[in-house]
Amino acid sequence: MAAKKLSLKDKYSLLTRDLDWEFSYQDRKAAFPFEEFEGIKITDWSKWEDPFRLTMDAYWKYQSEKEKKLYAIFDAFAQNNGQLNVSDPRYVNAIKLFLTGISPQEYQAHQGFAHIGRQYGGVGARVACQMQSLDELRHVQTQVHAMSHYNKFFDGFQNWSHMQDRVWYLSVPTSFFHDARSAGPFEFLVAIGFSFEYVLTNLLFVPFMSGAAYNGDMATVTFGFSAQSDEARHMTLGLEVIKFLLEQHEDNVPIVQKWIDKWFWRGTRLLSLVGMMMDYMLPNKVMSWKEAWEVYFEEAGGALFKDLARYGITMPKYAELIDKEKEHVSHQTWWTFYTHGHAAGFHTWIPTDEEMDWLSEKYPDTFDKYYRPRWELARKLEAEGKRFYTKALPQLCTTCQIPMLFTEMSDPTQISYRDTVYKGERYHFCSDGCCDIFKDEPEKFVQSWLPVHQIFQGNCGGPGVEQVLGEYYKMNLGADNLDIKGSPDEKRWKQWKGVA
Amino acid sequence: MPVHAYTPNYTGVVRDRVENFHGNQIVYAGWDHHLMFCAAFAFPVPPTMTFRQLRDEVMAEGFEPHPEWPQIDWAHTTWLLNGESFVPQLDVALIDQGIDHKSLLRFQTPDLKGFQDAGV
Repeated sequence: MAAKKLSLKDKYSLLTRDLDWEFSYQDRKAAFPFEEFEGIKITDWSKWEDPFRLTMDAYWKYQSEKEKKLYAIFDAFAQNNGQLNVSDPRYVNAIKLFLTGISPQEYQAHQGFAHIGRQYGGVGARVACQMQSLDELRHVQTQVHAMSHYNKFFDGFQNWSHMQDRVWYLSVPTSFFHDARSAGPFEFLVAIGFSFEYVLTNLLFVPFMSGAAYNGDMATVTFGFSAQSDEARHMTLGLEVIKFLLEQHEDNVPIVQKWIDKWFWRGTRLLSLVGMMMDYMLPNKVMSWKEAWEVYFEEAGGALFKDLARYGITMPKYAELIDKEKEHVSHQTWWTFYTHGHAAGFHTWIPTDEEMDWLSEKYPDTFDKYYRPRWELARKLEAEGKRFYTKALPQLCTTCQIPMLFTEMSDPTQISYRDTVYKGERYHFCSDGCCDIFKDEPEKFVQSWLPVHQIFQGNCGGPGVEQVLGEYYKMNLGADNLDIKGSPDEKRWKQWKGVA
Repeated sequence: MPVHAYTPNYTGVVRDRVENFHGNQIVYAGWDHHLMFCAAFAFPVPPTMTFRQLRDEVMAEGFEPHPEWPQIDWAHTTWLLNGESFVPQLDVALIDQGIDHKSLLRFQTPDLKGFQDAGV
């Protein structure tokens, strides 16, 4: 007798909600020990609305179909020497930044969602987080596979996993995820699921994937498309958690607001890297960082926060400051990498005349006044045979770990300095946003692993910067780092293209 | 609450205590309105180092690539130590004039306006 086929609804119910059970002889609270310490009050888990109605068997089916297509394209890309079709060898540095800065964070997202996918009392939330955990694992794998082809032809791709928790600028995304993963389960989900995936993710993925499309990088475009339907699910999960927490108890509102403030700030600091990628690293530009911010945060995010106002949620703190910083951060960040080009795992360069004119047009109020002079100085020094690399190490912000490169928006040529003293120790910050985050949880952030201080403590090899870079970071000095001009990447490219 | 932790009375290990720097302390130095250097510098130096050594040897190493560095008139340079106005004593040890671990020194040279007078 043929087994009766289950209706979709029954199957869904059996494979998600029905996986839970009543605790008859164990204390339910002991089974979910992290559920209360953050102060979040959940009165009824059954009110959780599953953001994506997907069962595990359907999930495997969809994902395996996507994988088949994706890997067929990777194969075609490799067989057709797709690396020769990118716009310019400078472009490849944008994906070195992606592989080293972002792909390892997909893995941290996988670990974080796997953890919270065990910790919630509500089965609907657990299942959703477990699926996101698998997605994130898939993303790191597909990204590594997509970029492994470039590793055969370009420098700087070979040691991404080793570099993740060592290299000075990679400590920025790494510590961002460490902060989220060491928080409680609700803060993690507001941090990564809502603030990052829902509010800010378009500012990460759209620029990289469109950048890839504009610059002939089919491999990256394809993994981007393949991840898109996953990202759409992640965004619905991020929004569901916010609505669920806010509807469960009014006492949750101020806690959620504080997390939104914190993670919006941390996220925008992290996205400085994307800003410089868009404005400086893409040979064929998609749009400016400022334009991207206006479309994806000011318009889309503005509508979202209007929608959340009925719960008593307001725009993230310091959003009006970011509105001004969007004119500055990409220039300040790329200048930091240019001047630390000896310590970066990818190549840096001075923008061309044409690119500077594009920047003037896109940033009419700031580029010519504040940033063109920096590039003219760099050009002058380069022409004199003194390509400028900063000698000493920079002061870092204790919270975001970025060099203290941001300036006062009321005085854009003055570095913004903030500090506070906690238990007799002084701590420095790039902004009020980062200082507030420290003051809320100093016992967490006194442990900040600041790469510059770690070097001075002798924990990163040495004694010289060269040894730190070569032996501790495992950068292939003279190949991975320094200016694109005269690099092995550039020489090989010219050979392939038959130009002098 | 100094941290929102599952473990009661959780305290963190202070990673950057002065004891961890093998006899040195960290001093940060920033040149206001001179953004050829993206950020202030961090220098590990003995607390007993004099201000003159700090300025003329240690800081010079970092700031010397700037075309205006040799033009600085130190007699007319103003200083801030951790945000307060400060008059350095050249031959006194850093620690004896209040420049302790993770202190920030900023200096201002109002006559030097940076490359192309643009604060670079």
